[in-house]
Amino acid sequence: MQLYLPIAEVSVNLILLLGVGTIVGILSGMFGVGGGFLITPLLFFMGIPPAVAVATGANQIVASSVSGVMAHLKRRTVDLKMGTVLLAGGLVGSALGVWLFNYLKEQGQVDLLVRLAYVIFLGIIGGLMFFESLRALRRSKSGARPKRRAHVWVHGLPFKMRFRASGLYISAIPPLLVGASVGVLAAIMGVGGGFIMVPAMIYLLGMPTKVVVGTSLFQIIFVTGFTTVLHATTTRTVDIVLALALILGGVVGAQIGATLGSRLKAEQLRILLASLVLAVCFKLALDLLLTPDELFVIEQTS
Amino acid sequence: MIRRLAALLLALLGATPLAAQEDVVLGLSRNVISISANFDGSDILIYGAVKRETPIPPETELGVVITVEGPYVPLTVWRKERRFGIWVNTEAVEVDLAPSFYAVATSAPFTSVMSHVEDLRHRVSVPRAIRSVGAPISVEDTQAFSEAVIRIRDADGRYQLLEDSVAVREQTLFSTSVRLPANLTEGTYRTRIFLTRDGSVVSEYDRDIEVQKVGIERWLYNLSQSQPFLYGLLALVLALAAGWTASAVTRLIRS
Repeated sequence: MQLYLPIAEVSVNLILLLGVGTIVGILSGMFGVGGGFLITPLLFFMGIPPAVAVATGANQIVASSVSGVMAHLKRRTVDLKMGTVLLAGGLVGSALGVWLFNYLKEQGQVDLLVRLAYVIFLGIIGGLMFFESLRALRRSKSGARPKRRAHVWVHGLPFKMRFRASGLYISAIPPLLVGASVGVLAAIMGVGGGFIMVPAMIYLLGMPTKVVVGTSLFQIIFVTGFTTVLHATTTRTVDIVLALALILGGVVGAQIGATLGSRLKAEQLRILLASLVLAVCFKLALDLLLTPDELFVIEQTS
Repeated sequence: MIRRLAALLLALLGATPLAAQEDVVLGLSRNVISISANFDGSDILIYGAVKRETPIPPETELGVVITVEGPYVPLTVWRKERRFGIWVNTEAVEVDLAPSFYAVATSAPFTSVMSHVEDLRHRVSVPRAIRSVGAPISVEDTQAFSEAVIRIRDADGRYQLLEDSVAVREQTLFSTSVRLPANLTEGTYRTRIFLTRDGSVVSEYDRDIEVQKVGIERWLYNLSQSQPFLYGLLALVLALAAGWTASAVTRLIRS
């Protein structure tokens, strides 16, 4: 069964679209990542123009994150205060990122830079998470309690705030900076940024894994919502029909994912996410390194 | 120079009423192609007859060449090269105008129904349809870039050379069908029919086919272009509502 997408101007298989939406939804519910880092490349493979894939991906993430955050709100695993601080940084970062994106576009190499950004960030974060969780898993097996990292420089900063749900009393500056840098990357890479924010919250801010997922989903809703409207007004590449098809699959997947996530142990969850991030990174790196079948690329100018 | 003059003379001769007057009477299976939600490409049947006042010229065989061309759009073609171990877009060539869709159907192998001169004059074959390739001086093999456009678009069904696909009966009736792919660009698609004898065009006829989105597809597309902010908000509200509804429904099911 085929579905014609009015903005992308291509016809795609509806079942395939729903399937992609469901898989991404499961990830979103399980890990608290928007899944944009996965959905964007998958849409490329289906023949959807990159600009449409990026903008519409943001739109679909809004829906799957709302659905995911509801499940987390019910379980009280969202730190709303922390989410708001992250969000404040995120909006500034996102606007900055869109400006940077347009600047790079004028330089003619935006495609390569987006890919490189993916490879570098996915590689670093995936690797970091993978080894960290392996170590944590071994520690928990041996019965020793993990030591909470002492953030000397974080504790020395002014504007301290109490984040009850996270059990933290830290300066507002680090979360603001985390939010902002995630916003920049989100705008450049066309993703929600959860795959960067989740590890940043765990390793930089020292938040407990339990509240990280819900809080990151909370922040992602607003950042991707902002990005959607920004794309609709500037690039005009948000395809509502495509988004709705992805959402339909995604919302179902998110519920499955949230249930699955609560059954798995935090360390297992992290290893799973790390392997996934590394797999996508590996695939993207291969595409850059191997000789492509077609050395030429057509770009419609109008 | 002499060759060009001779060609011109030949072309003029072909157009004079001295040659047997043959005209096209054309039928199209559809004048308007509507892109609706379940659009998955479309076949158009092009058929017609040759109307003539004089008897069929005995010595030569009638050739029929039919082209269907989509709206012309400017393109940028990039070539990749390996730099520091990775593949990077290095050289760009601007193609001022290239058809978004182009099909050529002929009644016999292309070179036997249409001479090179006529091809140049009427811009019939696929390479002729791509116009003004502008490259910076540093790029030497511009040809490779326009060839790449043809190769890539050939692969995804946008450019088609359908030799021997026009059925001609009694040198009078002809018919063919052309497959339009699903990734059509909206606009006017010009259909041209050439009648040839000995490789030169004796008659030419053209007709337009309109390709347009209909219904919700059209409404959404127009909204996204004329009211982009409203469209963005609509996308946002739909996403929020869908997400909320979904979680509400699952909660209802679980309880």
